[in-house]
Amino acid sequence: MSKKLLEVNDLKVNFKTYAGIVQAVRGVSFDLYEGETLAIVGESGSGKSVTSNALMKLIPQPPGIYAGGEILFEGKDIVPLSEKEMSKVRGNDIAMIFQDPMTALNPTMRVGQQIMEVILKHKKVSKQEAKERAIELLRQVGIPMPERRFRQYPHEFSGGMRQRVVIAIALAADPKLLIADEPTTALDVTIQAQILELMKEIQKERNTSIIFITHDLGVVANVADRVAVMYAGQIVEYGTVNEIFYNPRHPYTWGLLGSMPDLNNDAQEDLRTIPGSPPNLLNPPVGDAFAPRNEYALAIDYEKEPPMFKVSDTHYAKTWLLHPSAPKIEIPDAIQTRINGYLKEAERSGK
Amino acid sequence: MVNKLLEVKNLKQYFGPSSNPIKAVDGISFDVYEGETLGLVGESGSGKSTTGRSIIRLYDITDGEILFKGKNINAAKSRNELKEFNREMQMIFQDPYASLNPRMTAGEIIREGFDIHGLYKNKKERQDRIGELLEAVGLNREHANRYAHEFSGGQRQRIGIARALSLNPSFIIADEPISALDVSIQAQVVNLLKKLQRERNLTYLFIAHDLSMVKYISDRIAVMYRGKIVELGYADEIYNNPIHPYTKSLLSAVPQPDPLSERMRTRIPYEHEETTEQASVHEVAPNHFVYGTDAQLTKWKK
Repeated sequence: MSKKLLEVNDLKVNFKTYAGIVQAVRGVSFDLYEGETLAIVGESGSGKSVTSNALMKLIPQPPGIYAGGEILFEGKDIVPLSEKEMSKVRGNDIAMIFQDPMTALNPTMRVGQQIMEVILKHKKVSKQEAKERAIELLRQVGIPMPERRFRQYPHEFSGGMRQRVVIAIALAADPKLLIADEPTTALDVTIQAQILELMKEIQKERNTSIIFITHDLGVVANVADRVAVMYAGQIVEYGTVNEIFYNPRHPYTWGLLGSMPDLNNDAQEDLRTIPGSPPNLLNPPVGDAFAPRNEYALAIDYEKEPPMFKVSDTHYAKTWLLHPSAPKIEIPDAIQTRINGYLKEAERSGK
Repeated sequence: MVNKLLEVKNLKQYFGPSSNPIKAVDGISFDVYEGETLGLVGESGSGKSTTGRSIIRLYDITDGEILFKGKNINAAKSRNELKEFNREMQMIFQDPYASLNPRMTAGEIIREGFDIHGLYKNKKERQDRIGELLEAVGLNREHANRYAHEFSGGQRQRIGIARALSLNPSFIIADEPISALDVSIQAQVVNLLKKLQRERNLTYLFIAHDLSMVKYISDRIAVMYRGKIVELGYADEIYNNPIHPYTKSLLSAVPQPDPLSERMRTRIPYEHEETTEQASVHEVAPNHFVYGTDAQLTKWKK
């Protein structure tokens, strides 16, 4: 049994604005084990990026407020840490890979220098050693001719190569936890596939834990061990990757899966959509935040917020539909057919 | 037989000095038939957006011919002819935040085309038309008085679509119209585009890098690589029976919402082969075209 690296309990993050207090993250709890990848999926405004930034304590205060909850990294709560203490955790224990490699790198600094900077800050090594390490890191992330590339500037790299540099910087101080916030969204599919492969390789070699933030369910299926689906600042469904994709229980997850076109079945009908748009978190709705967009909403959804119902030991969903006295609602046909297709395909190709 | 709405013949679009030009589009030919959706896919820098922009005359083309309804669009033209052409062909842009003027209301944005073309002079008639357009794209009449920042990304893209529809065009170039939107909103916009196509018999050139959405919306797909169309055919044919190794590589990289198959996925890398032989377009099956040399084609078809 691997060790628990991170435990987040009932985390709440608010932002003070002129219009009032926006409750961006409204009580998020999850845990993460060593060598495991957790994907956090959701749309813009669901709070997934705020959650990941909160783990690095990158929320500017003010306007941000940690309104409650704890973030236990190796058993120690990092929420009360001072900025000075936190700067030791950042890069060293937890590192982040950002979405846009062009803005994450300093355009006026040679790439090698940017990697060395991290090594020199966190490790007691000489400049020469740091340089050797930086070149070795560039080689590890698959950049050809690292000695030459070391002396180049970011603009001399392509998008995919830049993202490799960002990954090299994140790995420079051997972090235990990597947070990747939409690391492949700005890249072409072929380059995306290469970067995903690279991240999985690194994870295998170093037993790093990864939190992967994305809105792309295809990417989630590719990288994740477990998945948390976020909506309106809360986790609404939580389970292993197989449970989320083959036995989704929350209507929002159904909506997300249904709005992706299916390449195998030749569906001529319209894509399923989730009507409307997410709620304003200035005044979160009473009851289930998803109710106004949910075609299966029950009367109680508008009055009382559902708890997390247990589906299996590893699978939970926050919907009243799982209450024993709720009407029995099955996964919508279109999605079930698709899932059956996938499972059949998997059986045919030998598990 | 369906009519050809657009014919592109040996289109070349070079940028930079003529001694050492950047060949963004390097001799491509294709037709678009009335009422169909042609998907144009490729990675960034492949020339897909340049192709769209050349067709709608945002660039002066370097070489080749573009015929719209049988007329060469680049031949010298009078102001009136140009206006007529501009009414027929419209564009939907990628970024709904950058493509709407923040100082104009939705109504003003849609109305701009009427002013330019001197349509609907009567105020009441004009307001009715704007209301109709807003309703056609799933917004309310009341939205006409709001500014762009008051709308969400998906709603903004709907305004962009209403603007494109305002002059009753027959051909719409959609350049990555959904890339900047959330998944659930993407589906709403794609459904809207399909509905409008059915109702108004529109023809689309749909430019995107997301292969799964392109496969869903397109009748035919053209795959671009380094300024060339390397493969062109019916969407199912391209998806089920790709011939060009670049198409195969592209397809193998698209992640699917299916963890069991994702874990076994093997990406097919693509390495570009430089040859000295003359490459040309081959019809490998009816209406399925692949670009390559004779020797390459024989090898790929195995």
